Amino acid sequence: MKDTKLETINYSLYYGKFRALKDISIKIPKNKVTALIGPSGCGKSTFLRSFNRMNDLIPGVHTEGSVLIDGEDIFKVDPVALRQNVGMVFQKPNPFPKSIFENIAYGPRVTGLKDHHKLEEIVERSLRSAALWDEVKDNLGKSGLDLSGGQQQRMCIARALAVEPTVILMDEPAASLDPIATLKIEDLIHELSANYTIVIVTHNMQQAGRVADFTAFFLTDESRTGQLVEFNETKTIFTNPRDRRTEDYITGRFG
Amino acid sequence: MSGRMIADKVVKYILFASAIISIIIVLAIGFFIFRESIEAWTELGIGEILFGTVWRPGIDQYGILAMIAGSLSVTFGAILLGVPLALGCAIFLAEIAPAGVQAVVRPAVQLLAGIPSVVYGLFGMVILVPLIRNINVPGNSGYGLLAASIVLAVMILPTIASIAEDAIRAVPENYRHGSLALGATKWQTITRVILPAGKSGIIAGVILGVGRALGETMAMIMVIGNSAIMPRPLSSNPLTFFLSQARTLTGNIAVEINYATGIHESALFATGVVLFGLIIVVNASARWIIRTQKYVEKAN
Amino acid sequence: MDERSSEIALIHKAQALNLKKEQRRQSFWVALMWLFGLITVSILILVVGYVLLKGGTAINWEFLTTPPKGGLSGEGGISTTIGTTFYLVGLTLLIATPLGVGAAMFLIEYAGEQSLGSKFLRSMISVANFAVETLAGIPSIIFGLFGYALFVSTLKFGFSLLSAALAGACLVLPTIIRTTEEALLAVPNDYRRGSLALGATKWQTLYRVVLPASTPGIITGIILSVGRVISETAIFFVTLGGSYRMPTSIMDSGRTLALHLYYLAMDTRAFDKAMGTGAVLVVMIILINLLIDFVSRKLTAGVRRVR
Repeated sequence: MKDTKLETINYSLYYGKFRALKDISIKIPKNKVTALIGPSGCGKSTFLRSFNRMNDLIPGVHTEGSVLIDGEDIFKVDPVALRQNVGMVFQKPNPFPKSIFENIAYGPRVTGLKDHHKLEEIVERSLRSAALWDEVKDNLGKSGLDLSGGQQQRMCIARALAVEPTVILMDEPAASLDPIATLKIEDLIHELSANYTIVIVTHNMQQAGRVADFTAFFLTDESRTGQLVEFNETKTIFTNPRDRRTEDYITGRFG
Repeated sequence: MSGRMIADKVVKYILFASAIISIIIVLAIGFFIFRESIEAWTELGIGEILFGTVWRPGIDQYGILAMIAGSLSVTFGAILLGVPLALGCAIFLAEIAPAGVQAVVRPAVQLLAGIPSVVYGLFGMVILVPLIRNINVPGNSGYGLLAASIVLAVMILPTIASIAEDAIRAVPENYRHGSLALGATKWQTITRVILPAGKSGIIAGVILGVGRALGETMAMIMVIGNSAIMPRPLSSNPLTFFLSQARTLTGNIAVEINYATGIHESALFATGVVLFGLIIVVNASARWIIRTQKYVEKAN
Repeated sequence: MDERSSEIALIHKAQALNLKKEQRRQSFWVALMWLFGLITVSILILVVGYVLLKGGTAINWEFLTTPPKGGLSGEGGISTTIGTTFYLVGLTLLIATPLGVGAAMFLIEYAGEQSLGSKFLRSMISVANFAVETLAGIPSIIFGLFGYALFVSTLKFGFSLLSAALAGACLVLPTIIRTTEEALLAVPNDYRRGSLALGATKWQTLYRVVLPASTPGIITGIILSVGRVISETAIFFVTLGGSYRMPTSIMDSGRTLALHLYYLAMDTRAFDKAMGTGAVLVVMIILINLLIDFVSRKLTAGVRRVR
């Protein structure tokens, strides 16, 4: 692994007294797709939210160890600046109750861009990158809430791209979508990985197999604390896992 | 049919009757106030009452335009002072204050709502009026629109603040997270996403505050001066408008009803009809806004 | 570096600059919101503190236990006005509570009933809900005017406790109905099903199971109403008369504490005594707020236990 984009070292996270994640050390490579898999409740979504400090919003959360982006401690970066660099797509599409144009322009606007011509450019480019432009180019004034679920999710991806992040976190982005919309999102992820570091949480192992270059397998121990069991190239994880528990999981013996 | 079955039926009709009482009361309020005012409307004429600027029962002049102007002016003043404070307070409680601070501020707002209006009136008479009297403008008695607006602003603050806070809290959490995840600051999230999304509820809160302001009586009588004149600036400076004495629709009724007879009494009921109509329109529009909001939420 | 990546580098630089500006802006506005919160609490402390401190000096045993002297002197205590206040509170709630609780029970417990297929009943229920909302928004003086026209004049009850209590009952009715409705809605449906399954009639179920479970909520509504009767003035100003004597029957005139405060301040300009009366009122309202807090905490604790 030559270029590490994100890294955690002995990272633990607590909700109050409850330890949700324990001693996680991982190096996530740059401009690749990394999937986080594991049974539900294993802390993979919580772990994902650590990279853009969304866990800060939950009262009573504290952490140990370090999280680095480009070698820099993220807890020393302003969280707002961090989130401009680390975009996020949520499990359920969450468009603002605004027009498609305003949804995409939201990020550039809050980060200081006022020039309308520039905004139009960015909106078009972001929608093209998210493979949504052809479907909505004549209806940019339409409310984002009027799109179908799959379109909404691609709009949310476009919205994240418009801020020019270098990392995109995706929390089960296709969980609420039908198979065709899911396939479109997966193609999109594949294309985006040329320019972005993508970390994706997924329930669906086939999906991990299809989109991810690397895969990390999480599991809870007897006290329901999430741990990283194994991290490797996706094909190794799926064909030749080192840990017995990984093998059990991917062959469907539990989870 | 057994005894307890019959009892069951009887109780049902008794309960039904009590449910109907509210309807009867609303109708009765409209009916009685209107009935008592008919004499004034027919004898004096609708235009004479609504647009007459002179209220002088001694010479049978019963124009209530001055009181309409008084009520609207003091409501306007109260909104001007009270709405920013109330909305600020709502934003503070819903989005900014840590839990420990909320636990102090929220009960304080509740207690503000519970303090009797005469206590506010008394406070205004003893503290505000002497302070305002210090403003050196000829004809300034201290009693007037300014004192009344300040008192009223405090009285409508809890109404607006609590409804607006609820509206802000009702904005779905995923809007908040969506905005923050795009690198917006907390304040940008509040002004660009949360407030627009909670707009209807906030506006409804302000409108209900207006309704409360139009209906307030005793505190107004105590600090507004009660002269039945069109409020106007006391000097060439237009701001002295707020030093003018005035009388509200509510005050007009309360001050005179206990000794009025005949056409005078009827004219006071006509004042009540106008007030009642205003309040119904104001409250209905608030309700309409809340309902359209609910409709939109369902559509999502 | 190609064109695109240098463009992105520029954008990132602009974002960093803009963020500094936005954070300054945020600090300003957040500080202002803190100030608004502080102002609100200060207003409360100012009003309550002033009235309690100033009024406190006027309060002593004699003030609380002697009747006002009457006339224009403003002399004397407030004993009869305390008595009248309690008298009026009791009478008003005696009228309003059964009506309000009954109405709420019908609106919640019978509205969804199958046998209620009749269009007439259904539309009555939605009209009744609309009426309750309307009542809740009508100002005190309008209730007063109504009471004056119907009870004082038409029915010839005169300026009396009875007239005032009837008008007051109309005023607090929506409060009791709404809080009772909330309390009834909080009772789990399993309670009802369980009782009905044992062969109890609907009314037996309501009376023995649902009502007891919703008592704290109903009590909250009653306490809220007590607070309103104590603090409302305009409605009683035009229905209760204003006699400073202790009423001996429901047909007698009287004055509540709040009314007495008004007369002291406006007619006799006895501000010290008015402040004393105000302090008593404020203490009562604070106690009522604490009581409501206590009861509603019990209520939520109860619900938590149930779930």
